[in-house]
Amino acid sequence: MTEPRFESICDFDLLIPGRGAAALLGDGTQVAVFRLHDDSLYAVSNRDPFMRANVISRGIVGDRGGEPVVTSPLLKQAFSLKSGVCLDDETVALEVFAVEVVDGAVRVGAVSEVKAGA
Amino acid sequence: MSKRLVVIGDGMVGRRFLEAVTQRDPSWDVTVLCEEPRPAYDRVRLSAFFDGVSAEELSLASDLPGVEVRLGEPAVAVDRDAKAVRSESGEYPYDKLVFATGSYAFVPPMEGADLDGVFVYRTIEDLESIKAHAEGRRHGVVIGGGLLGLEAANALKLLGLETQIVEFAPWLMARQLDEAGGGILKQHIEKLGIKVDCGTGGSRIEAVDGRLRMETNRDGVAFDTDLIVFAAGVRPRDQLARDCGIEVGERGGILTDLSCQTSDPDVYAIGEVAAMEGMCYGLVAPGYSMAEVVADRLAGGEATFPGADMSTKLKLLGVDVAQFGAFDGPLATTYLDPVNGTYAKLVLSDDATTLLGGMLVGNAEPYPLLRASVGGKVPGALADLLSGGEVDAALPEGAQVCSCNAVTKGEIMGAIHEGCHDVAELKACTKAGTSCGSCIPMLKQLLTEGGVEVSKAVCEHFAQSRAELFDIVKVTGITTFSELIARYGAGVGCDLCKPTVASILASLSNGHILEGEQAALQDTNDHFLANLQRNGTYSVVPRIPGGEITPEKLIVIGEVAKEFDLYTKITGGQRIDMFGARVEDLPKIWRKLVDAGFESGHAYGKALRTVKSCVGTDWCRYGVQDSVKMAIDLELRYRGLRSPHKLKSAVSGCARECAEARGKDFGVIATEHGWNLYVGGNGGFTPRHADLLLSDVDTETLVRTIDRFLMFYISTADRLQRTSKWVEGLEGGIDYLREVIVDDRLGICAELDALMEKHVENYADEWKGVIDDPEKLQRFVSFVNAPETPDPSIEFETVRGQKFPAGTTARSHAAPVALGIPVTLRSEGK
Repeated sequence: MTEPRFESICDFDLLIPGRGAAALLGDGTQVAVFRLHDDSLYAVSNRDPFMRANVISRGIVGDRGGEPVVTSPLLKQAFSLKSGVCLDDETVALEVFAVEVVDGAVRVGAVSEVKAGA
Repeated sequence: MSKRLVVIGDGMVGRRFLEAVTQRDPSWDVTVLCEEPRPAYDRVRLSAFFDGVSAEELSLASDLPGVEVRLGEPAVAVDRDAKAVRSESGEYPYDKLVFATGSYAFVPPMEGADLDGVFVYRTIEDLESIKAHAEGRRHGVVIGGGLLGLEAANALKLLGLETQIVEFAPWLMARQLDEAGGGILKQHIEKLGIKVDCGTGGSRIEAVDGRLRMETNRDGVAFDTDLIVFAAGVRPRDQLARDCGIEVGERGGILTDLSCQTSDPDVYAIGEVAAMEGMCYGLVAPGYSMAEVVADRLAGGEATFPGADMSTKLKLLGVDVAQFGAFDGPLATTYLDPVNGTYAKLVLSDDATTLLGGMLVGNAEPYPLLRASVGGKVPGALADLLSGGEVDAALPEGAQVCSCNAVTKGEIMGAIHEGCHDVAELKACTKAGTSCGSCIPMLKQLLTEGGVEVSKAVCEHFAQSRAELFDIVKVTGITTFSELIARYGAGVGCDLCKPTVASILASLSNGHILEGEQAALQDTNDHFLANLQRNGTYSVVPRIPGGEITPEKLIVIGEVAKEFDLYTKITGGQRIDMFGARVEDLPKIWRKLVDAGFESGHAYGKALRTVKSCVGTDWCRYGVQDSVKMAIDLELRYRGLRSPHKLKSAVSGCARECAEARGKDFGVIATEHGWNLYVGGNGGFTPRHADLLLSDVDTETLVRTIDRFLMFYISTADRLQRTSKWVEGLEGGIDYLREVIVDDRLGICAELDALMEKHVENYADEWKGVIDDPEKLQRFVSFVNAPETPDPSIEFETVRGQKFPAGTTARSHAAPVALGIPVTLRSEGK
């Protein structure tokens, strides 16, 4: 099995709890990274699949029935941070990326879990 | 031993079947042979591929347990004696076999149909070839003016080609529409710049000087073009079945009975390839029904095909088209409005009491009601139904509300009585509204009919209304969201409660809205202190109190817009909006504005927007008070005030009311003796004139009353309730409001005054607060790991001398508006 290649994004402390930040990966992919209030981390594609603008990182995070979600700031569809699936239209999903903290630095998997698992 | 199931084809119906069969009977060991290199995708939305929707986004694929999908591996033969399917590379034994091979595009026999530049419209690969060929070319012809042809024409238009539709039938969508309906549709489509020739068939294609020329059945009519797309219908892909001796229908398709079983009891056929009792269905909904039937049969059930509802409702090239029930009948009544481009036809029983069917073009709003009423009583006055007017009708219990999933009104009402209280629950419980979604407005109506009261709870995290939360925050002195939700809510919050609480905290405590934990609560506009636009850029609207501005400041706005290359537009609120600002440029723009004596303004958020004014006594011959100064004073007093919804205001200098103050949440109109105050007006979706609260009062009384009005509203209104609905909702209405805030009947005026005093004292320029704070500035970047890099996906194009988000502006067409219906064929050639 090949390990996904990870890219360092920023210091964990730079992320605001309950808010997202966008990162540009080496291959041009845009990823939205979210730090929740319990300090858990999620990374999904930054591209809003409905309006096709790179804005997901600017959405509000929260939960729907316990599932952690981010809401697109454009037309307010909610996406699961775990699976990327849009809870308002299950035919649509954001790509999900592996994310980890190593020595205080946030690192995002350049290969998505979705792609790696397919 | 597990049972082996082989499915040939992974299209929309095949995929629906896989989902159904794995859900009902997971014991099947399923192999899918798929010719295309990618798993099932939404073929119905194929033209969206040229609208920037990627193949991944069209995909319907999902991981299903026990299912192996073999992509790019078409079945080549079926050995029914050995019960096995062969491909080029393998052999797959089956206990049961399902054909879901769909259709292929029909190309009429025509000389030159195999030339380079001639395509069909069926798969993503077809679209990719069309796209590659269209590169650098100008013109395309679509053969076929039915559903598929119009989709293909949309695709060519999205590729930027001049598009010509050639249809053999005498009008467009001849299978769904009559002549008049087809005529109205043509009128709409020609307005989009697409040319349409009906009654015309291609006779041969030849290559001429690197382009194509198609001659037609009409003398002297030929088309010179760069590419030709056949979209003139489909034929069932039944060859594999024919080869292994399974019976096929007279007009093609694998012959099945109502259980989708073929002449071989171990073999089923579903979707477009199935000729059920001889009839092939070219729509996805009947295919889905077949998928469910076979899944049920394989799980030991006895399901049979419930009959196809061939009703369709589509948006083709932006035009609503719907057809339901019978196409024609004993009695038909029509309505044609060539000015608005709408056409409606209802087919009735000979005594005109029973609705049998009909069609709608241009306005399909009555479709859910009409489709659900087919076979029942005509659901309202004919004139209203035909003209798309308001219809107030109760459906019979047996009427089918969701035809995709065959759900009746009776079943939905039953689910409501058993505890389904919103559309999401109804969808989950009855499956109604889960396919095409056209019945969702009906579901909402039925919820109301079923007596479901709309809860005032803010969201799933807070059972309280906004007004209750406001009281809780005020009384407890809580200053953070996390404390409020821990003590009075549940979960971690969402995009509904977080901004609501942020607004309450801002109304009551006046810290910078991006300070500490509050930053995470704000909607993106409040988080970036600017208006998010569709492409991810923001707009900036400098505050121009009362709409009064010096020439020097006008020049500064112009200079800022030029320096940062912003699109500019005058707003309805007497301001100047600058669009297309990138996140990382926002603080730089504010710095320039602040240095020139501006602040950026609230053109976003639930807050005071602007106070408009007319020029009043200073210049106007009629003015009786200084409306400009009053507007400036009011705007500066209430700027930054966070509220349940946006607040707008205006001041007019005389009764001529040039500032349109009565269309505002609070409007002031000058009189010879002082001021009149009006409250509860708004423009927007449901315009409402404001009601007179006070007349002929002096300035001090006016301002004090507005203070109290605003604070009473902010303290007690629901989330997103504008002042108009709030006043209407007060028991006793405007008279009660006057008793509370003028006569102080509740004894709360001192408190309301104090709240407003605190707001006015603590107001600080929020934008200056960011540019003076390095920590907040840090957030204004496109990328946290590349602060200097702007978002490379944001692109602009120039239209009318200014920049616009790329790919969004409609190309303007200078075509005249056609009046009357073009039902006669034009005889001139191209």
